[in-house]
Amino acid sequence: MKKQEYLKVVEECTAKDKKLINYVNSFTVGGLIGFLGEGIKMICTNYYHLPVSEAISYVLVILIFISCLCTGLGFFDDIVSKFRCGIVIPITGFAHSIMSSALDYKNDGLITGVGANFFRLAGSVLLYGIVSGFICAVIKVIINV
Amino acid sequence: MTLVYSFLFCGLICLIGEIIFENTKLTFGHVTSLFVVIGSILSLIGVYDKIADYVGAGANLPIVSFGNTLTNGAYKGFVQDGFIGLFSGMLGEVSTGVVAAVVFSFILMLFLKPKD
Repeated sequence: MKKQEYLKVVEECTAKDKKLINYVNSFTVGGLIGFLGEGIKMICTNYYHLPVSEAISYVLVILIFISCLCTGLGFFDDIVSKFRCGIVIPITGFAHSIMSSALDYKNDGLITGVGANFFRLAGSVLLYGIVSGFICAVIKVIINV
Repeated sequence: MTLVYSFLFCGLICLIGEIIFENTKLTFGHVTSLFVVIGSILSLIGVYDKIADYVGAGANLPIVSFGNTLTNGAYKGFVQDGFIGLFSGMLGEVSTGVVAAVVFSFILMLFLKPKD
């Protein structure tokens, strides 16, 4: 086997391994976030006797606060680049995108910097969520009426 | 037991996202937007709420639930108030997440410095 072919094979194998590791990382970290959320919800419902919908609100608020704080303190970017979708798909990613764009444009002033760019990354989620939600709700109404 | 279901469901959603992210040229923005739209469609079929009953808070954390809650809110608004309820009811239930993210980001942004 020539050297170039050998290098090619090695590259393919390592790329596959890397992908697999990324899959496992995302699954574990995303699962842990779900686990943590369910744990907080259980504590709220069992020890503080809150109704389920309120408990879920507390879970969201706590996780969003943690995510914003970690982003602000500066070590969340490394976590995101390592665990990728495990962090980005849960609500922590939404908070992270808002917080990081707010911090990035802080130096440009409160209105033209932070205000104009606050939803720079999270805007797509809001836009397509609301548009698709509206369309789906209209279809649901048409079907059920 | 719901703890395990939460772990598995939330992990599974993230795994699907990671598979899409790794094998295509889409960015995180594309993947999250796609998942929100998928959530709306799942809500249209009526599947997601059944999953959420079974799984617990693990189903409320992925961004998929954002689309689900928006569609549910708009539909409930229609049931309550008629046509105008589609507009007034939509953001009712997602406001926790959005408002918390906006308020905490703004307050923390005032005190913390960007890393560079």
